[in-house]
Amino acid sequence: MDQLMHFLTHKFFVTGEPMIYGADVAIAVATIGILFVLTYFKKWKWLWREWLTTVDHKKIGIMYIIAAILMLFRGGIDGLLMRSQLSFPGLKLLDAQHYNEIFTTHGTIMILFMAMPFIIGMINVAMPLQIGARDVAFPYLNAISFWLFFWAAMLLNLSFVIGGSPDAGWTSYTPLAENGLDPGLGENFYLLSLQITGIGTLASGVNFAVTILKMRAPGMKLMHMPMFTWSTLITSVIIVFAFPVLTVALAMLTIDRIFGAHFFTSTAGGDPMMWANLFWVWGHPEVYIVILPAFGIFSEVMSTFSGKRLFGYSMMVWSMVLISALSFIVWVHHFFTMGAGPAVNSFFGVSTMLIAIPTGVKLFNWLFTLRHSKIRFTVAHMWALAFIPNFVIGGLTGVMLAVAPADYQYHNSYFLIAHFHYVLIAGTVFGMFAGLHYWWPKMFGHILDEKLGKIAFWLWMVGFNVCFFPMYFVGLQGMTRRMYTYPANAGWTSLNFIETIGAFLMGIGFIVMVWMIIYSARHGERDVTGDPWDGRTMEWMTSSPAPEYNFATLPDMSGIDRFWYMKQEKGAVEKWRKQKIEEIHMPDNSGRPFIMCVLFFIAGFGLCFEWIWLAIVGLAGILLFMVLRSLFDPDEGHHIPVDVIERTEREAGRL
Amino acid sequence: MSHAEAVDPNVPLEYSTEHGRLRIFGFWVFLGAEIVLFATLFTTYLIYLHHTAGGPTAKDLFDVKGFTIETFLLLTSSFTCGIATHELRRGNRGGLIVWLIITLLLGAGFVGMEINEFVDYVHQGATIQTSAFLSGFFILVGTHGCHVSLGILWMISVIIQVSKNGINSTTARKAFIVGIYWHFLDVVWVFIFTAVYLTGLVL
Repeated sequence: MDQLMHFLTHKFFVTGEPMIYGADVAIAVATIGILFVLTYFKKWKWLWREWLTTVDHKKIGIMYIIAAILMLFRGGIDGLLMRSQLSFPGLKLLDAQHYNEIFTTHGTIMILFMAMPFIIGMINVAMPLQIGARDVAFPYLNAISFWLFFWAAMLLNLSFVIGGSPDAGWTSYTPLAENGLDPGLGENFYLLSLQITGIGTLASGVNFAVTILKMRAPGMKLMHMPMFTWSTLITSVIIVFAFPVLTVALAMLTIDRIFGAHFFTSTAGGDPMMWANLFWVWGHPEVYIVILPAFGIFSEVMSTFSGKRLFGYSMMVWSMVLISALSFIVWVHHFFTMGAGPAVNSFFGVSTMLIAIPTGVKLFNWLFTLRHSKIRFTVAHMWALAFIPNFVIGGLTGVMLAVAPADYQYHNSYFLIAHFHYVLIAGTVFGMFAGLHYWWPKMFGHILDEKLGKIAFWLWMVGFNVCFFPMYFVGLQGMTRRMYTYPANAGWTSLNFIETIGAFLMGIGFIVMVWMIIYSARHGERDVTGDPWDGRTMEWMTSSPAPEYNFATLPDMSGIDRFWYMKQEKGAVEKWRKQKIEEIHMPDNSGRPFIMCVLFFIAGFGLCFEWIWLAIVGLAGILLFMVLRSLFDPDEGHHIPVDVIERTEREAGRL
Repeated sequence: MSHAEAVDPNVPLEYSTEHGRLRIFGFWVFLGAEIVLFATLFTTYLIYLHHTAGGPTAKDLFDVKGFTIETFLLLTSSFTCGIATHELRRGNRGGLIVWLIITLLLGAGFVGMEINEFVDYVHQGATIQTSAFLSGFFILVGTHGCHVSLGILWMISVIIQVSKNGINSTTARKAFIVGIYWHFLDVVWVFIFTAVYLTGLVL
């Protein structure tokens, strides 16, 4: 009994910090609250039928986006805690260990559990509609991908109160992350949760690539596809070639930690630099996995709201292809200072700078798209427009970092922190916000409130620059990343205080956005046409929100922006709507992806605690599920009869 | 899958439905990811080839006779798997099942020998904990072995389905894809044979 109590208080539950007890209470209250609401309003069946078992790409996309926004909240709180701790010298809000944990989870969550699912959510919502597909190529696999991500995110978040958070940075550098220097469970949580979500991402990459290559509307050639779909295709290819490297690296570090192998130890022939290389062989392409879809969204939004065809379409495509190829040969720029030597550093420095060329091409094409156009300042477009100057600041400082000798000065300083927040927030996060406003009517049938959207936009814009721009200077003044406090005489106090103010402005901006979403659900303008922005691409052809089968009928879709030209052609839209409707085949819902991913969670949890028996139970369960599906699932799906389709279309006012 | 799809006699059964075509193409894309996975493991192994940390080296451990038989078993199984696909194309259910069984028996022989080899190494004091070289060796060869073992389970499941349902567009697709997977593992083994065993004996 004493042994059990000792285990619970010393190994299982994290104890001893008021913040942890607060989190315990918050988790308990939130869980009870959710259970109560679901039971009180009798929503269990609805939740299971409509959401947990769905294989509809639009619903899966919405779940991805909701989860991503929740993770943005969690990662954002981490960020605010760090900024609060650093607002004055010598503060004791967080101790060093707690600070280590928080910067680790901030980075990990923001990249893998916020940016990635946000992007994959956007892709799920928009891409199949943009190419006129009824669904993704493998709907069942799509559901598995989502639930793998979801349960992996739960696993990582659980580490905060059970077992302990990871604390070796989001890059988890060895030998720091090895058992010798970092015993305990935190790193295991990092390794297992990334492994599980990574499998899901890889499956998504395969799924999207096949969907785009094989399921386009009649007549739509590759060079007719909307730019967001193009960016998805290229991103998927990068995922397929980059994620297995992460899978292997994580597996090897897990084996090192749990089974005592020597891949990355400093002893018995292991080489800690192997980790740095493998991590960034995946990690650098990952940067482009999170930026290219945002580029795709900016292309769509700018072309729609300037009422013009995207300038330099084929150049936009080829520049993305070039970026994706270059992304695989620049990884060493993440550790110029680790002794690779001048020749290697020069190669990777030059290849890094080369990426500025295709990226510059894209920026000029966006500017030329806006030139001589009648710009509509919707919130979606404002996010896209704001992206350009902010991203240029991030990009140019990136070229500065690519100069290897100079990097010895900036390395691991706040200059670097400023750089990657400028590209990741101004690129990815602004891109996701633009996409959120742009596709919201397609997801929910109403428009997000423009006035609240603009308030949130300006709060973010001011907060973002106030928070991160001073970091360039405090970095040049010598402040390095991952310091939990600094002395008063270092001369960094005023800039740090200003940065903290900026961070909290962004936090207020986030709250306004959440309020905007709640307010718009009640009072937002309804979209009855399905085409609220006078759009150019196929997703605006169907009603909002799109029906289960996406499109009742499909016309010939050859040519760029075919829908926009159809609208100019007299009678073309009516002719397409009068096409003969045939019954449509759709996949059935299934509870298996959800349950199978719970088993993944159990297996992962077992491995974290090194309870091998539990891991085996989980893995055996997964295998059993796969066998049962293969043997007994006839995979038949169902047909939607013509009269149901006609009724749905009539109710949407389209017949 | 789609009810209106006409069956073209010139198209193999596994490609006759949209469902089948998508899955076969998707599997090829997935194999792209598998290539990267094995490439990473090969790189790790080759970098650590001489990181033996005073423990046993490749020359101390590798047994020419053992890995030659393993190679022979696996290469033959790829050939018999090809015959199975040929029988599938001919629509011969019995032939398909028999050749698949022969394939998986050869595969099981291979896995058995590999386990034997691993156990032997462990008895000689060469474990995954001994050195980076052995960590790299066990994870590369072991990952391939796990793939083969999974392939055997998969093939058993396909055999059950073919014997239960006969050859239709679904079972044809499944038999075809497991065949691609099996050949892929064979190609990976050719690289292991060269980069691990032959290189280990020479360098």
